[in-house]
Amino acid sequence: MVPFSGWNMPVQYTGIIEEHLHTRSKAGLFDICHMGELFIRGSSAEQDLDRLMTCDIKGLVDGRCRYGFLLNREGGIIDDVIVFRISAREYMMVVNAGTVESDGKWIRSNLSSGTDLSDGSANIAKLDLQGPLSTEVTGSVFGSSAVRAIKRFFFINAGFKGVDVMISRTGYTGETGYEMFFSASAAGELWDVLMSFGSVRPAGLGARDSLRMEMGYSLYGHDIDVEHTPAEAGLGKFVRMEKDFIGKKKLLEQAEHGFGRVLAGFVCEGRRAARENYLAKVDNIEAGRVTSGTFSPCLKKGIGLCYIDREFAVEGREITLTRGGVEIRANIRKPPFVRK
Amino acid sequence: MIPQDLKYTKEHEWVRVEDGEAVVGITEYAQSELGDITFVELPEKGKRIEQSENMATVESVKAASEVYSPVSGEVIEVNEALTDAPGEMNRSSYDKGWICRLRVDDAGGIESLMDAAAYENYLKELKQ
Repeated sequence: MVPFSGWNMPVQYTGIIEEHLHTRSKAGLFDICHMGELFIRGSSAEQDLDRLMTCDIKGLVDGRCRYGFLLNREGGIIDDVIVFRISAREYMMVVNAGTVESDGKWIRSNLSSGTDLSDGSANIAKLDLQGPLSTEVTGSVFGSSAVRAIKRFFFINAGFKGVDVMISRTGYTGETGYEMFFSASAAGELWDVLMSFGSVRPAGLGARDSLRMEMGYSLYGHDIDVEHTPAEAGLGKFVRMEKDFIGKKKLLEQAEHGFGRVLAGFVCEGRRAARENYLAKVDNIEAGRVTSGTFSPCLKKGIGLCYIDREFAVEGREITLTRGGVEIRANIRKPPFVRK
Repeated sequence: MIPQDLKYTKEHEWVRVEDGEAVVGITEYAQSELGDITFVELPEKGKRIEQSENMATVESVKAASEVYSPVSGEVIEVNEALTDAPGEMNRSSYDKGWICRLRVDDAGGIESLMDAAAYENYLKELKQ
């Protein structure tokens, strides 16, 4: 167990590689109770959220959720979140553990008088079941036809022994998977029921990190932060430029005048992995910095993400990742590194 | 659980000294702390290494860690099998997971190392 944003989190149960491969082949169960859940309610909730978020909120229907960013006025990423539309007057926002309070403050300062914000994080448990067998298992617990009907980035309201459970078909692994939100008092019991399936094994933070890296998904505080815009992070597809939102001005400027470094994926030549803060060099000249790096259990090679001068962010470009005398040869590769 | 015939360092390396030669590896405790080992940078054959000098780097999914030589000497053999199967260090830390064999300069440095009983006590203190 390790401390993480005020929570005690399991890094691994049986071993990161085993948990990783099990999630890719069967189903991994993740205890994600640390993440935050903010509720935004009121007659102007939709309008306020649409201005706070980079993605389109007005186009959501009930039961739909969408990934996007909260930006500051300089276009820097305050957090990456998923917004769930419960109804036109009620939304749930799933936020990172380390940013619950700062997100809440920021959102509150940008709400109109007709909108309320409340933080449900302390009372809501979150379990993620991810992997090719996750539909079968989730269906066995909550009803097969209802679960099979959930499309990607949609959610349903289901029940477990009298407790309401919101189930979304979302995740952080690249696999088919579900995220379950429900009263924290039922967490132990639902965990045990899911674990009773032979195909399910627990997976910790370590596997969660290596799984997301194989897909090239960004981790807040490492690959994305207030110092970078979605354009610099290569995440423009989660920004709807046709609408108005906080931070848009900076993005328009960058679209017109360009910017320096961009987030790009890399695959190392061998098993040795470059880690966060390794320097990226091209022709022996510093050109960037690694923000995430690990060993890929599927590729059996080092993989990761780095900010690099835009001119070098091209498929196949040879780079050298170095730190303290260690030199690792790598190539720029567009994620996902593992095809699903 | 802790082999009685080996000597140990505070950095969790083990060494087996026989007839002027030393075989070196990392302990069961070290491998369990590191988790799945994914890469080992082995020392070069023929290289001279001083006691406590960095002799190898072991990487796991979680982190990279240095291995320090328990003795001074010349590297005469390295465990090439670890290049493709570094997981042997997890599965068999005291046997198949050995890192290298050295020709020991003199037995002097070995006296400063812990025996199995002392290492066991040291681990107990660490876990408290």
